[in-house]
Amino acid sequence: MTSDPNFTGAAGPSTEELIFDATEAQRRRRPSRIERVGDHLKREWQLYVMLIPTILWLAIFLYKPMYGLQIAFKDYSVFRGVEGSPWIGFEHFQTLFGNDQFLRALKNTIVISFYGLIFGFPMPILLALMFNEILKQTFKKTAQTIVYLPHFVSSVIIAGIVITAFSPSAGIVNTMLGWLGIEPIYFLTKPEWFRPIFVGTGIWQEAGFQSIVYLAAIAGISPTLYESAVVDGASRWQMMWKITLPSILPTIIIMLIIRIGNMLEVSFEMIILLYQPATYETADVVNTFIYRQGIQGGQYDLAAAAGLFNAVVAFVLVMTANAISKRYSRTSLW
Amino acid sequence: MNLYSRGDKLFVILNMVLIGLFTLSTLYPFIYIASLSMSTGFEARSGNVILTPVGFTLEAYKQVLSEPLFWSSYKNTFIYTIGGTLMSLAFIIPGAYALSKPQLYGRRFWNLVVAFTMWFNAGLIPFFLNMRDLGLLDSYFGIIIGFAVNGFNIILLRNFFEGIPKSFEEAARMDGANEFQVLWKVYVPLSKPAIATVALFCIVSRWNGFFWAMVLLQDEEKIPLQVYLRKVIVELSDDEEFATTLLTAAYSVETVTAAIIVCSIIPILLIYPFLQKYFSKGILLGGVKE
Repeated sequence: MTSDPNFTGAAGPSTEELIFDATEAQRRRRPSRIERVGDHLKREWQLYVMLIPTILWLAIFLYKPMYGLQIAFKDYSVFRGVEGSPWIGFEHFQTLFGNDQFLRALKNTIVISFYGLIFGFPMPILLALMFNEILKQTFKKTAQTIVYLPHFVSSVIIAGIVITAFSPSAGIVNTMLGWLGIEPIYFLTKPEWFRPIFVGTGIWQEAGFQSIVYLAAIAGISPTLYESAVVDGASRWQMMWKITLPSILPTIIIMLIIRIGNMLEVSFEMIILLYQPATYETADVVNTFIYRQGIQGGQYDLAAAAGLFNAVVAFVLVMTANAISKRYSRTSLW
Repeated sequence: MNLYSRGDKLFVILNMVLIGLFTLSTLYPFIYIASLSMSTGFEARSGNVILTPVGFTLEAYKQVLSEPLFWSSYKNTFIYTIGGTLMSLAFIIPGAYALSKPQLYGRRFWNLVVAFTMWFNAGLIPFFLNMRDLGLLDSYFGIIIGFAVNGFNIILLRNFFEGIPKSFEEAARMDGANEFQVLWKVYVPLSKPAIATVALFCIVSRWNGFFWAMVLLQDEEKIPLQVYLRKVIVELSDDEEFATTLLTAAYSVETVTAAIIVCSIIPILLIYPFLQKYFSKGILLGGVKE
């Protein structure tokens, strides 16, 4: 009763209400809330035994670090620990936004994601459209088997392949450039080459696998659309542009929204493997900055502040993306 | 279906050529690395290896296989992969089952607790400090337990459990089965494809995992293959002395690196038929709804 926002305090419950409540209670003799919870637990305790390990794990390994994020606002020292270190407010954030390296990392993160979006996003769509036009099933299956493969290969191996292939003395890339009379280029030490190599590697590794989502969408298109188009004398090229592509547009838009939501998720593992001080200028992203400052340099509090900034921006992006996709597709992503 | 116009034929052929080229460009680096690993160090250094091995030798493999650290890291990768995957399943299967049950109190809340970890995480530093505070640095157990649960996998499996008709479990309940028995005797057998998908997700991420193993493990005896591979690639290629003294040898930095790459890819290739079968189902199963 008191939880009613219109409750004025002056008038109590009316007589009718009291009588109704009393008879209702007599009729149903509802068990109290505690009794009900007790009964429920007696019956269903096994479900909670199953759930507890997962929840405990999440609490210890993912939620506790969130509590530890407070060091972003503290002058953290290892000896005092997370709770014992003194609060200093937004000092680390002020330091970060006056730090050229951090600003450079922020800029690189955005630029590299942007390149990934422009060059990497259309590739899987194109591949899916092209796979769909292949009539020989064995050829299609073989090609798909091969182009999905790099997705399952570790970033260390991919980096090993890139480093070997682009090596100035032995690498195949420089060998081929040599045929054209071009002097060997030490690609991985050249800042201007880092982004093309990194983004290109990402496309090489993931475009094939990412096409699966679009192929699934294409598989869901009603065959009657194509049948009537054939009757009308449409060419395969026209059907691809006028039927297939428009039919998978909702999937494309959802994937685009997800992609934008994950803008800050540059695969920094690969960057750590491929960059070097000579290329920091174009290669250093927020997560690699955090890794160097925090884990290698021991400036935990400053690095945690950079991480918090990254995580909050990413969270806002993902939530916005989900809200937009909910509106657009009427089904949320999760 | 033979009514294609000339334009259609041209289109189909051009399309096949382009797909063929893309496929070859995906395959080529692997062939290149395999050939490099079987060439002599001298030919590799001189950039003479293009497609097939030049001056065929298995010297690089001998070199790799005679290195104790290679074997210990290979063994460690198996420990982390098998231990980590079993650990993940031990958490995820019961957890996802409980979350799939409508009678669970606070079900929406618990689901949110799981899903929130997919959207927001504390980041590298707090996770690292937490692992350190828990005393899980430099430990096998730390690597195995520290990455056991993953919100995406729980939600994927929960969605699958929710799709199983209730009639299946009712018969078991009539016979007096408790929740554990219902899960083990009814749900697990019916969910084999979904569980296989989750297991393969775990296997691949464990086998390939490198960043946290590099950060959390200092003791060389405990590092997995990927960290060892990185050491070889980064440290040897920076080591000018090693690079030049081996110029005339039967093996070189390039061939040794290539040989390790081949050795560490083989297990992935062996399970690749399963990977391909289940992964495409997995991403379509998990990504769609809560």
